[in-house]
Amino acid sequence: MRATGGPDIAVGDVLLSVENVSLAFGGVKAVSDVSFDIRKGEIRAIIGPNGAGKTSMLNVINGFYQPQHGRITFKGATRSKMRPYEAAEGGIARTFQNVALFRGMTALDNIMAGRTLKMRKNFVWQLLRHGPALREEVEHRHAVEAIIDFLKIQEIRRTPVGRLPYGLQKRVELGRALAMEPELLLLDEPMAGMNLEEKEDMSRFILDVNDHFGTTIALIEHDMGVVMDLSDRVVVLDHGIKIADGTPDEVRSDQKVIDAYLGVAH
Amino acid sequence: MLYREAGQFKTTYEKDSAIFPILQDRIGIAVILAIAVIGVPATRNDFIINAVMTPFLIFTLAAIGLNILTGYTGLLSLGTGAFMGVGAYACYKLTSIFPSVNIIVWVIASGFFAAAVGVLFGLPSLRIKGFYLAIATLAAQFFLEWCFIRIPWLYNYNVSGAIEVPQRELFGVIITGPRATAETRYYIVLAIVVAMTWLASNLVHGRIGRMWMAVRDMDIAAELMGIRLLPTKLLAFAVSSFYCGVSGALMVFLWYGGAEASVFNINQSFTILFMIIIGGLGSMVGSFMGAALIFILPIALRFVPEWLGLPLQSSTVEHVTFMVVGVLIIVILIAEPAGMARLWQVGKQKLRVWPFPY
Amino acid sequence: MHLLYMILIDPFVQMASAPDLLVQTLWEGLVSGMLYALIALGFVLIFKASGVFNFAQGIMVVFAALTLVGIYEAGVPAFIALALAIAVMFLLAFVVERGVLRPLVGQPDIILFMATFGITYFLIGFGELVFGGDPKVMITEPLYLPKGAITYHAFGGMVQLQKLDIAAAIIASLMVAGLAVFFSKTRIGRALRAVADSHEAALSVGISLEQIWVIVWFAAGLVALVTGVFWGARSDVSFALEVIALKALPVLILGGFTSIPGAIVGGLIIGLGEKIVEFYWGPLVGSGTDAWFAYVIALVFLLFRPQGLFGERIIERV
Repeated sequence: MRATGGPDIAVGDVLLSVENVSLAFGGVKAVSDVSFDIRKGEIRAIIGPNGAGKTSMLNVINGFYQPQHGRITFKGATRSKMRPYEAAEGGIARTFQNVALFRGMTALDNIMAGRTLKMRKNFVWQLLRHGPALREEVEHRHAVEAIIDFLKIQEIRRTPVGRLPYGLQKRVELGRALAMEPELLLLDEPMAGMNLEEKEDMSRFILDVNDHFGTTIALIEHDMGVVMDLSDRVVVLDHGIKIADGTPDEVRSDQKVIDAYLGVAH
Repeated sequence: MLYREAGQFKTTYEKDSAIFPILQDRIGIAVILAIAVIGVPATRNDFIINAVMTPFLIFTLAAIGLNILTGYTGLLSLGTGAFMGVGAYACYKLTSIFPSVNIIVWVIASGFFAAAVGVLFGLPSLRIKGFYLAIATLAAQFFLEWCFIRIPWLYNYNVSGAIEVPQRELFGVIITGPRATAETRYYIVLAIVVAMTWLASNLVHGRIGRMWMAVRDMDIAAELMGIRLLPTKLLAFAVSSFYCGVSGALMVFLWYGGAEASVFNINQSFTILFMIIIGGLGSMVGSFMGAALIFILPIALRFVPEWLGLPLQSSTVEHVTFMVVGVLIIVILIAEPAGMARLWQVGKQKLRVWPFPY
Repeated sequence: MHLLYMILIDPFVQMASAPDLLVQTLWEGLVSGMLYALIALGFVLIFKASGVFNFAQGIMVVFAALTLVGIYEAGVPAFIALALAIAVMFLLAFVVERGVLRPLVGQPDIILFMATFGITYFLIGFGELVFGGDPKVMITEPLYLPKGAITYHAFGGMVQLQKLDIAAAIIASLMVAGLAVFFSKTRIGRALRAVADSHEAALSVGISLEQIWVIVWFAAGLVALVTGVFWGARSDVSFALEVIALKALPVLILGGFTSIPGAIVGGLIIGLGEKIVEFYWGPLVGSGTDAWFAYVIALVFLLFRPQGLFGERIIERV
């Protein structure tokens, strides 16, 4: 499930880098002068106490918020402003803190919606449906069913997602993001609200996605155990500022990080 | 027992993606079509054909149009009446200027005019949503209505301000104007409505329908998946207005035989909106059901008391209709916001296990 | 060229050459603007306290007026008819709260909005059924409302101010002032503001949402009644007024949905703008521009400042 297009970036090279990004809402500074990079093929965790600016950072990478300062370089192309659909077209997909599924649709339709960018048959063929449009629909259905198998959500494919329990909703949302065959997958608290068993399942899925499909993953997570187990490198934010950046072990023993989580004033 | 899927295994994704995957549903549709094509005209009852079936189909078409915009894409519009009017007046002018061209061509072409106007008034949807957008569509409604009155060119400078439908033929058969028979007009309307329903159904079950629903349900997530909001919304406005425009043209040319601006007023907009609220937002079947209910209601209110020996004045019928519709809207929104279509689905579920309730 | 002159210069020339007409037009605009503002006021009351966009507010104006006149014509003395009309509006508030608001608690706003369409249509049907569909004449003398006009000879000509309009302006101002005092000084007023801020928080301090909603809808009903009396006195009472009442919606766009001063300012702007444009530019395009002018202004506002003059900007968070 490798997305193509753009200069070929080798595993280990920088896929996305954030340089001196600052974001403010009115007087509130969400992110101040943050720089870090994400290497292709790695799992990068973004952690920090509540209100540290993690989700805002993800939103900036996505193109949902435009930073006041700084630049983002993705696959070699640098921009200061990016529209959300440009991010999507470039191969960035994401899940949301509060599950952002399309409630009026079934799980299958939600994941099929993730294939939208890849479905090319135009309006006129869609009007007729039978013929090229239907063939395309079936072709993408195969891909979607592969994801459904992978996430083990076969039974619920025809259930309207509003009726699904929270854990399954998160899985469907992951499936929808995977359907885009992204190069970079942004996960915003994928384990939030899950019990131990669900967390283990989700961790396994994330590792599998990274292993089998080579998808680069950036995730925000509060569960330290998960972060230490899953991630290759970690970036720590506090009050919108980067306070640490390194491997899980390095970050774990960094005094500044410990202070931030304990609430020590600095 | 009758309505079972047992044994109907879909062995390919293609079969599973069919719009009516269950055999009994397909039989049902065939039966309905048979009744529509053969049964209704066979009654030779002008009232049923001309005062019930033909307008019912025409309103269903408008309901489908509005459902695409409001039900599937979530853009509440109060301008339906005006868009129907655009179609009607466009058709009138086109056939006045080019009388030798087939009127059916102009009926379809007028849809494109309505689509263009729809896209224009849909541009604000880039920045505004929800009931703010509804108020913007009110601007379209009142402005276009004003145009229908104040631009005499539209009604060929007719002193009365009204348009009268000229006689037109199709393969030698008169289909518009006072001499066209009820059956002829019914067949034309039936053909157009069936065809356009099929097209709309194809659209909403595929990629484009999913895009519309994504925009409706969570436009932020949709955008972050690569769905461009403005083109998707404008497409909804275009297709929706196309359907409303054709419906308007059919209404004037194949049913009323004439019209004046007040036909396309805000009341018309509300009527169609109520059809899709009651029938079911985001459902093709719902559009039919809602149109049937709203349309049949005043007729029933007129005839049932008469049969019971207590005839009502026509103004009373109108007032009671308003009251019943108002209450019905509230009841549906409370009990089953997804409308009659959902009630029908639930009914079918129960039918699946009939006669064994568990 | 001539066209440009007619559009850009001539109307102002007309304004300057007959200042008395200008003042007259301004006054008329002010009066109708004030009545729009009153309708918008009812909207704002309900929206602030329950988050419901009450599309039926305009209809409530007509319904209230119709009820008053209908009861009077049935032989009831004027002030008792007034009291009964007030009672009817209270009953309406109660029925709406019980029958519509309570069952739909927690539903998305758009559902509640559509429910108010249902209320609108029901009131139209019910009102016409009970009181008849013919336009009625609003009772003015029995309510001691003044008749006639004051004529000023000024501005090189004559300006006529209807006494009724002056009375309307005074009473409307008193009502707005009264409401302002009510909100800021009384216990119920504070409770209303609490509910407007946050339903959950208000519940947690023991405020009964249902009672508040009845009170608010009743208050809006009273405002509607007063509006209906004055508007009905200027033009007859019939459901054709509904279209005029719909114009309160653009007023809300201008003024913001949650601001009482906004409703007033918005109403005055729309009322003035409408009258001026219709009087001086109307003849150029064919009359009746007031059918859509308010909406087009609202549309322009929506595109550049969606929150209106006084409303709050909403930032979407993901």
